[in-house]
Amino acid sequence: MELVFALVIGALTASGVYLLLRARTFPVVVGLTLISYGVNLFLFSSGRLATGAQPILGTTGSYTDPLPQALVLTAIVIGFAMTAFLVVLALRSLADHEDDHVDGHQDIHATSATQKPEETGK
Amino acid sequence: MNHWLTAPILIPLLGGILQVFMGYAPISLRRTLAIATTVLLLVSTIVLVALASDDSYRLYAFGNWQPPFGIVLVLDRLAALMLVLTAILAIFCHIFAIGGADEGNRQFHGLFLFQLMGLNIAFLTGDLFNLFVAFEVLLIASYGLLMHGGGRARSVPGLHYVVLNLAGSAVFLISVGMIYSVTGTLNMADLALRIPDLTGENLSIVKAGGMMLLVVFALKAALIPLCFWLPKAYANATAPVAALFAVMTKVGIYAILRVYLLVFGDDAGALANLGMDWLFPLALITLTMGVIGALGADNLKTLVAWQVIISVGTLLAPIALGSAAGISAALFYLLSSTWTVGGLFLVAEMVANQRGSAKDKIVTAPRMRNRTFLSVLFLVGAVAAAGLPPLSGFFAKLLILQSVLSGSEMAWLWSVVLIGSFFTVIAYSRAGSIVFWRTVDGHIEEPRPLGGNVSVAAGALAGLSVVLVALAGPISEFTDATAAQLLNPGDYLEILKTPMVKGDN
Repeated sequence: MELVFALVIGALTASGVYLLLRARTFPVVVGLTLISYGVNLFLFSSGRLATGAQPILGTTGSYTDPLPQALVLTAIVIGFAMTAFLVVLALRSLADHEDDHVDGHQDIHATSATQKPEETGK
Repeated sequence: MNHWLTAPILIPLLGGILQVFMGYAPISLRRTLAIATTVLLLVSTIVLVALASDDSYRLYAFGNWQPPFGIVLVLDRLAALMLVLTAILAIFCHIFAIGGADEGNRQFHGLFLFQLMGLNIAFLTGDLFNLFVAFEVLLIASYGLLMHGGGRARSVPGLHYVVLNLAGSAVFLISVGMIYSVTGTLNMADLALRIPDLTGENLSIVKAGGMMLLVVFALKAALIPLCFWLPKAYANATAPVAALFAVMTKVGIYAILRVYLLVFGDDAGALANLGMDWLFPLALITLTMGVIGALGADNLKTLVAWQVIISVGTLLAPIALGSAAGISAALFYLLSSTWTVGGLFLVAEMVANQRGSAKDKIVTAPRMRNRTFLSVLFLVGAVAAAGLPPLSGFFAKLLILQSVLSGSEMAWLWSVVLIGSFFTVIAYSRAGSIVFWRTVDGHIEEPRPLGGNVSVAAGALAGLSVVLVALAGPISEFTDATAAQLLNPGDYLEILKTPMVKGDN
């Protein structure tokens, strides 16, 4: 189980990092989501992996650490909210620039040239 | 148990919740309540400074759990100093904001107060995972504030800022997981007790976790090579938001001071002073990078944003060396630079409002209506930021230089800080002389008059550099005692022995 768990975390994080380095906002959002899955699984495993064990002392012979589960729950909630915000922001950027490039435009020089009249026109 | 410790968290929380539910109330009512909340917060932080100045640690344990098991808030001198620093900056930013910057978004005051709540949790918490939660609270409020006021120019820097900080949060969680998996605790005092006993492979895991934690804090503090997101984001934010963000990089520095002096301090055995040998050269390179950016800035807000990076470099260099005098000097500089940079952001916005389409660009433009007042404010801010006598920046930099008086560190620190200050002076004088002196005849259509709130806020933040000089004696006594307290973490560990059930006071 440890090997499978480690491979899953590694695959999720590696694909997440790869997607995060893409130039379009949609792969970046998906990449961050995959990384947060990987991180949540990693955090869960920091209390050691155990099967059939309860997180309550004294009920069974073998017990599991409940704290990482609480940490993961917090991390999932925060990560979910942040991803939702990021999706809205990416859509906003797409609507503002009519391009889903992370810099708003593929060519950096063209971006600064098109942004100047907008800034002064506000 | 001391219930005052929850005040800096509860006051902005309740005030912020109130703002959320009254988005459609008249703006004057919302402004009055918001300012009242910030004033209350300031009062509570002053009470906490008074409490903390007797050198003892005060503890608030949530749910009355015995410390290593529950989440604790811990008040010491450093936490109190950061709280009052933030509250004073916040009240003036807030006064500036009600001069008109808070219009256009019904939730501005709510977000502003939640941001303050996140900052205060970060300063008070004694738990590593709670520090992560505090970072997320202040970050999600800052995302909203950064986008406040709209405009297409803000969506791209905002997107970069959010993606970068989400990646940072992932790294933070991984490092917390690594440290927990070995030590089985996240309470900072308990970590400090357990880390010296680690051996073998456990040691390597915690070492990797500690270094990743340093990367996260360096990202928050905008240390090179993680600083390039900052100028664009800050320069595009609304002025009071940018001014409040002057304290955001200081949260990273606070976290470095707290975690690396307590958990990875001199007593941490094999992991003593983890990462500090990396921090010193990086801080000096950050300082150099900030000066280069300031010289190349093409508008006032970008110039001030690079000043934030200069101050990060100047702060982290003495902290990395870790002497009591250096940390005390850095804390004095922290006060001075945060308020000065906040004031300069506000002045840049006032200049931009009076120059029509030239905004705050460093170009020739028609004269401003209130040019005398604005130029004096800019001069005071620039002198304090660059570190010229007689204002607080000079004394702070002098204390930093005096704290290192031997070895190759002295050569590096003195030369980089002094040459950097010289070029900072050039950057400010170039910007100031073009913006205020090289003017042309002409008129600007409807120049907005300066509001009373706006002038008071910017004037007060610039004037704080004079107050810091006038009160330099008591303030440096406080920072000296803070540095001594930080370097003697043994007393901090006593909070673990605080009895929770019967020993209520």
